[in-house]
Amino acid sequence: MSIIRISTAGSVDDGKSTLIGRLLFDTKSLPQDKIDAIQLSSEKKGLKELDLALITDGLTAEREQGITIDVAHIFFSTASRKYIIADTPGHVEYTRNMVTGASNSQVSMILIDARKGILEQTRRHLFIAKFLEMEQVLFVINKMDLMDYNQQTFESLKDELLDVCVAIDFPLDRVSFVPISAKVGDNVVEKSKHMDWYSGPTILGYLEQLNLRANLNDDFRFNVQYVVRPQSADFSDFRGYAGKVKSGTIKVGDEIQVNSSGQKSRVLRIFKGNSPILEAGPEASVLIELEKAIDISRGDTLTQSHEDVVHDKNLIAQLCWLDKRPLNIAKKYLLRHAGFQTIVAINEVVKTLDFDTLNFMVSKLVEQNTICEVEIKAAAPIYLDNFKRNKKNGYFILVDRDTNATVAVGVKQ
Amino acid sequence: MNYLDELENESVYIFREVAAQFDNPVLLFSGGKDSILMVELAIKAFYPAPIPFPLMHIDTGHNFPETIEFRDYLVDKYNLKLIVVSVEETINSKGIIEESGKYASRNNLQTISLLEGINDNKFDACLGGARRDEEKARAKERIFSVRDDFGQWDAKNQRPELFDILNGAINQGENMRVFPISNWTELDVWNYIRRENIELPSVYFAHKRNVFYRDGMIWPASDFVFSEQDESIVEQTVRFRTVGDMTCTAAVESNADNLDLIITEIESALISERGARIDDKRSEAAMEKRKETGYF
Repeated sequence: MSIIRISTAGSVDDGKSTLIGRLLFDTKSLPQDKIDAIQLSSEKKGLKELDLALITDGLTAEREQGITIDVAHIFFSTASRKYIIADTPGHVEYTRNMVTGASNSQVSMILIDARKGILEQTRRHLFIAKFLEMEQVLFVINKMDLMDYNQQTFESLKDELLDVCVAIDFPLDRVSFVPISAKVGDNVVEKSKHMDWYSGPTILGYLEQLNLRANLNDDFRFNVQYVVRPQSADFSDFRGYAGKVKSGTIKVGDEIQVNSSGQKSRVLRIFKGNSPILEAGPEASVLIELEKAIDISRGDTLTQSHEDVVHDKNLIAQLCWLDKRPLNIAKKYLLRHAGFQTIVAINEVVKTLDFDTLNFMVSKLVEQNTICEVEIKAAAPIYLDNFKRNKKNGYFILVDRDTNATVAVGVKQ
Repeated sequence: MNYLDELENESVYIFREVAAQFDNPVLLFSGGKDSILMVELAIKAFYPAPIPFPLMHIDTGHNFPETIEFRDYLVDKYNLKLIVVSVEETINSKGIIEESGKYASRNNLQTISLLEGINDNKFDACLGGARRDEEKARAKERIFSVRDDFGQWDAKNQRPELFDILNGAINQGENMRVFPISNWTELDVWNYIRRENIELPSVYFAHKRNVFYRDGMIWPASDFVFSEQDESIVEQTVRFRTVGDMTCTAAVESNADNLDLIITEIESALISERGARIDDKRSEAAMEKRKETGYF
């Protein structure tokens, strides 16, 4: 059994939280005491039916206002799969929280209110999905009950959305569409009785059949997090490199190279917890012991020995700016990628994205939620892959050294 | 990859980030299954070196004797460093007036002792075993969650957390709360405990105990919980699905005396895990309010 991570997206009041509530309710994932608590809260609000959004809107401020402010993480499972859903906010001012949820998921469910059609937030969230190289996008056309379950509404929205995908160059083989009513429960878990014209799967059916591609890149990348030196009687001279295999695999006996220095050695042992293993693959948190003592510290990347060492201090990247304070070109920021960090200057803002036209334009102003292309100059060489080529080793964050805030997320171009 | 390995990988990664990014971290240990799991994962994260930080237990003085016994056994087994902060001492030294009445609990006072323990030991990161599936306010937590000088959580203004990058930068006096098992569910924890043969305190398994019934819940009878005259104490076969101290944890009727039976029982349970937490029942936002003031 594997875990599938999903995030919701879409504008305010498109019914994201209601949809999650419906999924949980119809898959019988909610224990009775939680249903009772929601029943009570719904009654207090003067509602006749269960307000399914209350399942995920857990903060007092959210319940007061009937909106989602921050990501809620929801868990449910079926016989074959485990799901983690990040229910994210629709308001523009909480886009940073939407990006947080989306960056940690494989599937984005973008909701659209069938009455309102495509909004700026729809385009923004689709572009963010593209920016993050989201594996799959499911367009969920919600509130079909309020449009008399009209097929034409669905079909024309689908056409418009396909046009937007083409306009921003989002691969069409990675998008799907489903007409639903989260409130009534049409096509969420149960097939709708009102939309005979729709022959595709329900949302749950879609998720259950989803075939997610693994990271296609098998270049070995290992980010060193921490050097383990027990200095105990049994392991007196032991030095192990704790970290995560980002992509590729490593076997005992393989020759590796430290990317910053070019120094080489062979893998002597690999540990997963306290068990020695012979090989480690993507996403594995392991400890690597090498034959020779070479200089390795936190932030180093281990690669295969035949790869070129990177000395590049210049980087072209796309940024999504998350902080309330706009990008200050006169300021130095801290770039962080895995355990690596270095001070950087943004040399130039090349272009910024206009969410209305979906075209990049020449503008130097980078405010909260702006997506832009920048040229970065770093104090130390940055070892990153092109994000499109290796999604697991191509992203970073920028930290404001005065406030410690995470001000932007970036991907290498 | 098997989902338990996926979860283990994620947790081990988080533990290592904490050790690398902070000068003085601590693992908050309650004696419950989640904090025992945390210890086991921390051991894996740093093997063959010992866990590079101590454990801290906020002892309300109202704990199950079995939990305290197991805590000391575990500390001894793995040669761990343990700091105990006594809520009793906080009460005495600060002249605090305890809650009274039949619902009296030291649950809220734990926060004062916790913040005192953090201050006295100058801890900059506290690792907690909270899970997002437990409770609606916990579902909103980041993995790295910043607390200000007063230990407060600003739920409306959390730091974005992108991909697996954990930004541990804080100002002096601030504190990071870290939740390595955020993405584990109750069942995941039990399945992992079974797979890895992790030992647990006996209160988790069905046993005979003196209890009384109040508000539809089964309360453990003890010197710390005052039963009223019409609440008669009876012997029942029960177990605890979640373990806090004796004043805030209700038992469940159960014959599950091994892990297989416990897992079957949880899979078919109609009530959630924290349905047996008396401390959560105080109000709709009980957890959020406690978290805002520094509760873990």
